Amino acid sequence: MTQANSIQTSNNAPQKQRKAVALISGGLDSLLAAKVIQEQGVHVEGINFYTGFCVEGHTHAIRKKDKDKQKRNNALWVAEQLGIKLHIIDISEEYKDIVLNPKHGYGANLNPCLDCKIFMVNQAQAWAWAEENGFDFIITGEVIGQRPKSQRKETMPIIARESGAEDRLLRPLCAKNLMPTLPEREGWVDRDQLYDFSGRSRKPQFELAKKFGFDDFAQPAGGCCFLTDANYSAKLADLWEARGERRYELDDIMLLKVGRHIRPKPNFKLIVSREEGENNFLKGYKKQFTSIHTVSHGGPLTLLDGAFDKDDIKLAAQIVARYSGGKSADAVTVQIENYNGTSYVMDVPPMPAHEVKEEWHV
Amino acid sequence: MSNKHTLDCSNLLCPMPVIRTQNALKELNEGDTLEVICTDPGTLSDIPTWCRINQQEVLSTEEIDNQIIFTIKKTAI
Repeated sequence: MTQANSIQTSNNAPQKQRKAVALISGGLDSLLAAKVIQEQGVHVEGINFYTGFCVEGHTHAIRKKDKDKQKRNNALWVAEQLGIKLHIIDISEEYKDIVLNPKHGYGANLNPCLDCKIFMVNQAQAWAWAEENGFDFIITGEVIGQRPKSQRKETMPIIARESGAEDRLLRPLCAKNLMPTLPEREGWVDRDQLYDFSGRSRKPQFELAKKFGFDDFAQPAGGCCFLTDANYSAKLADLWEARGERRYELDDIMLLKVGRHIRPKPNFKLIVSREEGENNFLKGYKKQFTSIHTVSHGGPLTLLDGAFDKDDIKLAAQIVARYSGGKSADAVTVQIENYNGTSYVMDVPPMPAHEVKEEWHV
Repeated sequence: MSNKHTLDCSNLLCPMPVIRTQNALKELNEGDTLEVICTDPGTLSDIPTWCRINQQEVLSTEEIDNQIIFTIKKTAI
């Protein structure tokens, strides 16, 4: 879609076309927010942030059973629907500080929603490229009352202030419920054509989507990130407890999304693949972890994470055997491969199902 | 004169291959080509989509064993 470089005012004097950066999550709200502003003749480009915790892509890409599902990136899809450029920014390193030290506390699980939002808007504002290219304001798809923590009326000014965007942060879907922002006061956008959505009902958004002719849009159930998922949060908390400190690397958070995580002792855990796709993915980590695979029977590839001795390895091998095709056999031959490439085999009796304790499952 | 460049995104999951491609293309001159090697099947959708919305040209897409190899021509943005 070509956007004009200038717009005509009522007295036919050309007026500078304003430029806005839209935070594109890939969901319906950010799609609509950007569209509403685009419809007013503003030049819009999108930004999408990659935190490492995004639901998009990863698990679908890993698991073979999901191979037939469409694996589109919703932020890219939204940008294509709008005909706008999308700039994807990797903030996974910077995001660690938000996850590990959330200034405003955690959400229901470990999701630092509010800080996450502040950080993202801050990034948008601070992003040198945006300013160098003369962008005038920022758009988000936030709706008052939509999310319990970040999208409350009283927290919205905090987000605007702490992001540094101040009143150059416009929320087109609920703007009429808030004080007029600079773009509205200056007449860059017409406040009358903005919206007053609030609450958890999605009906107004669906109606607006219909008006614009959008269908097939993504409706993520758990919000923008894995941190809103209770099981995932439990795994991250377990990792921190086992290490005695709250830290993570990008590989850690990838691996939390894959396989069964079994911690038979505090000092180590097993990451057991559940199917071929996960097996292939875990293979990529064999140079970083000690791994176990079954030789005498078909079975899952397993990584060992933590510190462990020979007895621990034997215990782990018995658990791996339990998840192999030889779970009913007297003995299963497994190969233990160290990350430096050295390896050895051992025969172990598979652990009976009832001995794999429920509390071991992270 | 145009140059050929290669970017290895093996074992990276989307959107990292897209981000690496985006950042690599920024550094190239118009007319240069970038060969991107990926293993995530999600790239089959994501990289061509990113190229379409950012007006970059995908010259070819090859799937060899578990690898997906894109050849992209840098155009002016």
